[in-house]
Amino acid sequence: MNSSFFALTKSPWDTIGPNLLQLVLGLIAFSAIVYICFLVASRASVKTQDWLKYLIFLVPASLLLLIGLVYPTIRTLIMAFMDSDSKEFVGVDNFVWAFTMPEILTVLKNTAIWVLLVPLLATGLGLAVAYMTDRMKRAAVVTSLIFMPMAISFVGAGVIWKFVYDYQPNKFKADIGLLSAITKAFGVTPPNWLLEAPLNTLLLIVVMIWIQTGFAMVVLGAAMKNVPDEVVEAAMLDGAKPWARFIRITLPMIRSTIVVVLTTTMIGTLKVFDIVRTMTGGNFSTSVIANEMYSQSFRAMDYGHGSALAIILFVGCLPIIAYNIRQLRLERTER
Amino acid sequence: MKSSKGRALAVAASAAIAALVFAGCAPAATDGTTVNCDDYSQYKGHEGTEVEIYTTIIDPEAALFKESLADFEKCTEITINWNGTQEFEAQIPVRVEGGTAPDLAIFPQPGLLAKFAGNGLVEASAEVAASVDANYSPDWKNYGTVDGKFYAAPLGANVKSFVWYSPKVFADNGYTVPTTWDELITLSDKIAADGKVQPWCVGFGSGEATGWVGTDWMEDIMLRTASPETYDAWVTHGIKFNDPAVAKAIAQAGSIIKNPKYVGDVKSIATTTFQAGGAGVVDGSCAMHRQASFLGGILKDDNGAVIVDPSDTTTENGISVFYFPGSSADNKPALGGGEFVGAFSDRPEVQAVQLYLTTPEWNNKKAKLGGWFSANKGLDEANVADPVNKVAVQILKNATTFRFDGSDVMPAAVGAGSFWKEMTAWVAEGKSDKAVLDAIEKSWPKK
Repeated sequence: MNSSFFALTKSPWDTIGPNLLQLVLGLIAFSAIVYICFLVASRASVKTQDWLKYLIFLVPASLLLLIGLVYPTIRTLIMAFMDSDSKEFVGVDNFVWAFTMPEILTVLKNTAIWVLLVPLLATGLGLAVAYMTDRMKRAAVVTSLIFMPMAISFVGAGVIWKFVYDYQPNKFKADIGLLSAITKAFGVTPPNWLLEAPLNTLLLIVVMIWIQTGFAMVVLGAAMKNVPDEVVEAAMLDGAKPWARFIRITLPMIRSTIVVVLTTTMIGTLKVFDIVRTMTGGNFSTSVIANEMYSQSFRAMDYGHGSALAIILFVGCLPIIAYNIRQLRLERTER
Repeated sequence: MKSSKGRALAVAASAAIAALVFAGCAPAATDGTTVNCDDYSQYKGHEGTEVEIYTTIIDPEAALFKESLADFEKCTEITINWNGTQEFEAQIPVRVEGGTAPDLAIFPQPGLLAKFAGNGLVEASAEVAASVDANYSPDWKNYGTVDGKFYAAPLGANVKSFVWYSPKVFADNGYTVPTTWDELITLSDKIAADGKVQPWCVGFGSGEATGWVGTDWMEDIMLRTASPETYDAWVTHGIKFNDPAVAKAIAQAGSIIKNPKYVGDVKSIATTTFQAGGAGVVDGSCAMHRQASFLGGILKDDNGAVIVDPSDTTTENGISVFYFPGSSADNKPALGGGEFVGAFSDRPEVQAVQLYLTTPEWNNKKAKLGGWFSANKGLDEANVADPVNKVAVQILKNATTFRFDGSDVMPAAVGAGSFWKEMTAWVAEGKSDKAVLDAIEKSWPKK
């Protein structure tokens, strides 16, 4: 018993000291390696210097990419064609499973709904707010309120909105759900929000839109600031109405930014996991690919099914990334 | 399920800290002055040796274990090295294969134990086997037995077959604790007819683990409607998941869970968390809630509940438990879990420690330190302070059968996958008994 009291009187330096020493030693070792690299490089001929340059800068990065990205991708691809313990090859069984099980078909359908609705609505709303606040006084108040959810993690947002959607079945207890309170005020009996499909998926999508609108608004707002005033004024002189100015001038001038916002939101939505996991745990037909992939791999311990879903997700992302890269190349050639 | 256990651990932790503080003030027997070493004479003759115990049990609970063993160490001069780690399940195969197996290992579940039988684990000595025969029911010995050979002795226990209720609410309304299934249904009908409170609160919600509460209901009722052998066959897929015996159990579970007169809105069971369900017993909005012992700690911390003895009918917010009744007064199965101590070495001092842990002397000593009980028949209820643990000890003593949580033993694809999901769909989507059982049967891994 007494020993634990002595332990309390230990100076904090007993733990900080050795750690600090390790840190200093580590820094010295690191500097020494860098110094040696430069020393070797400076002694080499010009031609070898070029090679060394590539080697020193590219090797560590490529090594990390190989270990952290290329290897796992290949391994996942192989595991997608193996059984649950990754012991035997089973051909395309896992993909047949993914595209025939009604449960997984719901997952794929949900993901499609997410990927369609979130980018369109978030970008649309963001665009509208950005345009409306573009030349507004005290726009900062409005924009910062809309941007704020961006600072909240998906899990945090999920917890907050879970309260909004709370449903109290027990008539002996008080209702704390905001949405239920609003519907009751209109004399409508609230449904069990997170239980009823497909309403629940739409309600989850609202959370993602709530977060992403701020991002779209800020990026698109910045792009609008770059639209030259002369062009807008010229259009006004020609008698263009505000709507026409928006459609004919602003939109075409910020087109590439809109594409970037749409595609990044789309990729983010494809990966959505936290919101679903926090709010419904993927139950009640609300699961999406990323969530199901996790459940299959680490809950049901079926690496075959999990990897197959990962590959489906990966393939789903590819066209969007390809389109994004093409778009960037086009812009470069235009300049 | 893990998260809820973590919660229970935290509660046990705070209790343990309180115990430590008090122990620090009092002149404890552990200082050696009051210890009578004659009690330990049968373990003597191994002076100066060391025994390592490898376990998942870490501080602050480990401190109580060490305290309970201090006198033993002092008198026998065997040093016990308590090596607790949360990485136990991952590390034990590494240590066994690497030739550095611990002397004793405390296995948190029998499935893991079976992997090492004949693969590092040594059979328990005749003395240990005799002591376990004398102090535990055959069910407990069976969980430490693999292929007819007895390896590991039971240690701590936990019990799930509880119904939480408020003794005050029961007394105020003239309800009596039911002792058979029929009485339970009669009582539920009576409470429903009175209309003052909802008879049952059921919550399957538990985040990503939603549905596990339903599996516990199924297991508890399976033990009551089918023979223990059928239960074992069900867990290991010896019978199909849609076997008539299982169908009978789910139908009986449905007679409570899917009865709107008892539970209110059936669908919303899926979105009600098990904590919120239990809270109904504290605030008086419902009369009964079936849940394991760890719920008490949560309701105490979050809902201002006071854990009381079933005989205390006056305390406001006082909650207690009664045994989830069997089909008849003679049918008293218990669902729960426990730890098992297996030896990787047959050195005499290792066997001495393993033997000491099975004795009523040690079990009583450990229980006195608080927050802990076991299935040891020699454990005196008077040494178990917590009212719920006291009921648990009674349940274990009266139990006609004892079985582990079946879903923990089933393959993960079922036990932590389809079983949870289908039980959730059973209430949320009104899926039929047959559709639920067929879907789980279909998901059982083929190998």
